[in-house]
Amino acid sequence: MSSPRVVVTGLGAVTPIGIGVENFWRGLAEGKSGGGPITYFDASAFPTRIACELQGFNPKDWVPEKEIDRTDPFVWFAMAAAEMAVSECGLKDAGYDPNDVGVLIGSGIGGLQTIENSKIVLVEKGPRRITPFLIPMLIGDMASGMVSIRYGFKGPNISIASACATGNHAIGEAYRMIQRGEAKVMVTGGAEAAITPLGLAGFTQMKAMSRRNEDPARASRPFDKGRDGFVAGEGAGVVVLEELEAARKRGAPIHGEVVGYGQSADAFHMTAPAPDGEGARTAMNKALADARLSPEEVHYLNAHGTSTPMNDSIETTAIKAVFGGHAYKLPVSSTKSMTGHLLGAAGGVEFVACCLALENRAIPPTINYETPDPECDLDYVPNTAREFAGRVCMSNTFGFGGHNAVLVVRKFEG
Amino acid sequence: MSSVEEKVKGIIVEKLKVDAADVTNDKEIVRDLGADSLDQVELVMELEEQFGVDEIPEEEAAQLKTVGDVIRYVTEKTGSPA
Repeated sequence: MSSPRVVVTGLGAVTPIGIGVENFWRGLAEGKSGGGPITYFDASAFPTRIACELQGFNPKDWVPEKEIDRTDPFVWFAMAAAEMAVSECGLKDAGYDPNDVGVLIGSGIGGLQTIENSKIVLVEKGPRRITPFLIPMLIGDMASGMVSIRYGFKGPNISIASACATGNHAIGEAYRMIQRGEAKVMVTGGAEAAITPLGLAGFTQMKAMSRRNEDPARASRPFDKGRDGFVAGEGAGVVVLEELEAARKRGAPIHGEVVGYGQSADAFHMTAPAPDGEGARTAMNKALADARLSPEEVHYLNAHGTSTPMNDSIETTAIKAVFGGHAYKLPVSSTKSMTGHLLGAAGGVEFVACCLALENRAIPPTINYETPDPECDLDYVPNTAREFAGRVCMSNTFGFGGHNAVLVVRKFEG
Repeated sequence: MSSVEEKVKGIIVEKLKVDAADVTNDKEIVRDLGADSLDQVELVMELEEQFGVDEIPEEEAAQLKTVGDVIRYVTEKTGSPA
């Protein structure tokens, strides 16, 4: 018996360039930057003082009042994006057996803000002043937990943490769960809220972040020769995946079909990618094989493209190894040039971006692309969005720990 | 309303996100106001903090069923007139 086809029926995005799918797409199409000075705390002592913070996000719009103080911001973002995706496709009234609806929303780090605040309380006031909600607030699985509680979804419920590959692993594994018949519907994606003093300190000590403090809107510049590190973002990307036949029967909107998922490990270094891009290459090849597509049949690649010197050149090498001559004809863009790097949420929002590219027939650009780097010599869709007649998008994510996860989504054509 | 009573009710409203009109002295904190076990821990912490009570022993906290029980307990502990 062949496994069921899986389609995307709901989209939700909480991003630094737009909250809600329409605003997110407008930002992508316009080439808007989410970069600015950090406002959440005094960052004057840090070498990096810029980030892509959310603008105008109010948890009261999305999270029941009693839950706001007892959930970390990464859970707020997940609940907001899930509500967008679930309500858009009418999942609440779709008549599913609740046991057939699961949730798999990952987070790379979990409740970092909560940990930091609580440590201060512990030192200053002692253990009896620590909130009883500390543990449920900080554990990374709570996004999946809270979304299931909110809607009564009683199917599979877990989380995944694979650093910056989290979002794609979540969506890929949710896709497999539906293929295996463990659920008919999965609410899935990634969420992250790590623009905190400790997060910033950790990433800057790794020398991974851009220090272009005087020009935050132009600091995230993937594939440009002048790139000097990533710019932290935050938010969530959550989608509803649904078994095709069930979705069709209830007349759900269909944004695309998940056709490929590939994953691998570098087995090389804690944080550095393998220099020849072997792991990235393997994951892309596995995703193509899963989709039963040849490289030439991919029409757009949403790159991991973090804007770090190392990632972008190694990813380019890996893309060339996978796509051969087609690599030079394939539009490759990094939406992180606009959103910043949403870490565990990156795969989620970038998968949403791919679905929106198919739907709106346009490819979001790589902004801030000025000076070509000889090591990055592909078509990066520089600076302005481009018309798109293609049907197949690939989306790459790679995480610290050497995790690689790649998804392929195709325009739904019946 | 005494200042202790007002403050206790304010804490309950804030922590349990309940309507102030529902917080009357005869209401049971768990049964009527919907507090779960974590809410109760948080309420005790907040009482200790707000009234400068060193440590409310768990067995004493467990005896505080109604809003009125809490007000009486805190009044005794702090020596404030009810």
